[in-house]
Amino acid sequence: MAAISREEVAHLARLSRLAVTEEELDTFAGQLDVILQAVAQVGEVAAADIPPTSHSVPLTNIFREDVVTPCLTPQEALSGAPDAEDQRFRVPRILTEDVAS
Amino acid sequence: MSSDLTRMTATEIAALVAGGETSAVEVTRAHLDRIAAVDEQVHAFLHVDTDGALAAARSVDERRAAGEELGPLAGVPVAVKDVLATRGVPTTVGSKILEGWRPPYDATIVQRLRDAGTVMLGKTNMDEFAMGSSTEYSAYGPTHNPWDLSRIPGGSGGGSAAALAAYEAPLAIGSDTGGSIRQPGAVTGTVGAKPTYGGTSRYGLVAFSSSLDTPGPCARTVLDAALLHQVIAGHDPRDSTSIPQPVPDVVAAAKLGATGDLTGVRLGIVSEFVGEGAEPGVMAAFRESVDALTKMGAEVVEISCPTFSYALPAYYLIAPSECSSNLARFDGVRFGLRVGDDGNRSLEEVMSLTREAGFGPEVKRRIMLGTYALSSGYYDAYYGQAQKVRTLITRDFTAAFERVDALISPTTPFTAFPIGARTADPYQMYLADLFTIPTNLYGGPGISVPCGLSEGLPVGLQVMAPTMADDRMYRVAAALESAVGTFTPPAL
Repeated sequence: MAAISREEVAHLARLSRLAVTEEELDTFAGQLDVILQAVAQVGEVAAADIPPTSHSVPLTNIFREDVVTPCLTPQEALSGAPDAEDQRFRVPRILTEDVAS
Repeated sequence: MSSDLTRMTATEIAALVAGGETSAVEVTRAHLDRIAAVDEQVHAFLHVDTDGALAAARSVDERRAAGEELGPLAGVPVAVKDVLATRGVPTTVGSKILEGWRPPYDATIVQRLRDAGTVMLGKTNMDEFAMGSSTEYSAYGPTHNPWDLSRIPGGSGGGSAAALAAYEAPLAIGSDTGGSIRQPGAVTGTVGAKPTYGGTSRYGLVAFSSSLDTPGPCARTVLDAALLHQVIAGHDPRDSTSIPQPVPDVVAAAKLGATGDLTGVRLGIVSEFVGEGAEPGVMAAFRESVDALTKMGAEVVEISCPTFSYALPAYYLIAPSECSSNLARFDGVRFGLRVGDDGNRSLEEVMSLTREAGFGPEVKRRIMLGTYALSSGYYDAYYGQAQKVRTLITRDFTAAFERVDALISPTTPFTAFPIGARTADPYQMYLADLFTIPTNLYGGPGISVPCGLSEGLPVGLQVMAPTMADDRMYRVAAALESAVGTFTPPAL
């Protein structure tokens, strides 16, 4: 039985903000199914009482002195932006425009 | 003279520059000429920074002329994997989504390379976002293995490894998340070292899987790798996962190893990695190397690390999960590509079109896989379980290091495969990192050193050491190198 359906892959693509094509959906559904069946092997390991490891370095709460240091100018910070205006990143519209003005 | 300079080790070049027998500019020109002559065939570089390299070289020569004391690698050219931010120099991560991006700052490692007087030649090709084992997933076309141009140079850092094997650079920087320094080293007959996680700064390294990503040195000899390691490693206040401890003396360890004496060194062969998983030619070269290590006085035993068999599936849950989160920053707003912004489409539509156009298939697969593994309902069975397996893998390492000083295995199950052989089935590609992944999950250091040939193609031996004991792996690798020598590919 397949581990993942074409519809689930379409849902994942939406969650991932990827406007995938119908053709890609066919390909990815098959490939992700193979991968998921393989990685599901982790379930064979008896680990119910084992603590999880998220990170190999046991460091927490790293602080530094609150010292002012040089940083990027607005021009430098915006130098890679696809669009900028008035020292700000310009974005496509966020709200729908069906509100009567 | 030019062709001679490109055949030298970094150690030899640095000595000639320091002694005034050649100049950094002459060394740099020789390597730029070599790149111009062979890189059309190899495609190790995505960007060659001719002007920047010559300016850096001139600066070294001027400082030397002024009597300034220079570091041990001053004047030596280095190729940098395109995953590190380089101020004003294009940084693409092998992806269309960052095409044309010129970072406004340097990664810490790049800054340290500049401070040390090394000369950055340019940026090397890689699998997109360092996701891959062959460099075929680069959005800018594959790199070719100098040993056989129809074969892959490994990945994701195939460009850095191929640049070394093709004598385009004596030193290179890579990054290793699941084997991306060591596996390319193995299949190109070069040396690749993954330092202890946190031993090298990730500041300015484009993130793929933040709990695993480790930048490190690549070279043609173990001593050269150690010298480069010494330059780039050490605590960085800008990386909160950077370890605030002194760097182990890897250069002294490499020199000690080169004496060929391993008396008192205990090595463990990972039983799980010398069974049927590796090609016969790889195993033959590995066995011969074990004999050589034994002859030099090492005490070699077999050690079982049973959970290592689950490292690959655990990795392909943990790394994609972290990737799906990290790559959310590519939203078409702050840097890189923006597609479909026609004034009518919403931010979300533009974001989806941008990511669809900017990411290649492997990156999309991993983002979706990670999104799946982190979804409520699947989290416990996939990501949560993988994190528990990670704990068990760490315990296997810890137990092994109570009995031996370092673990050894072949670096890869197979030698360089033909370009195109594994792209149709992504999971077949993942198997290339079968032996290198456990080290990343544990966080310790690992090195690949050339150990022989199989049907004319290089084989690597991997040495894995406890965290912050990077010096141990350099000692063993240098000893093996002194016994088996280095390997030269056919002339291009």
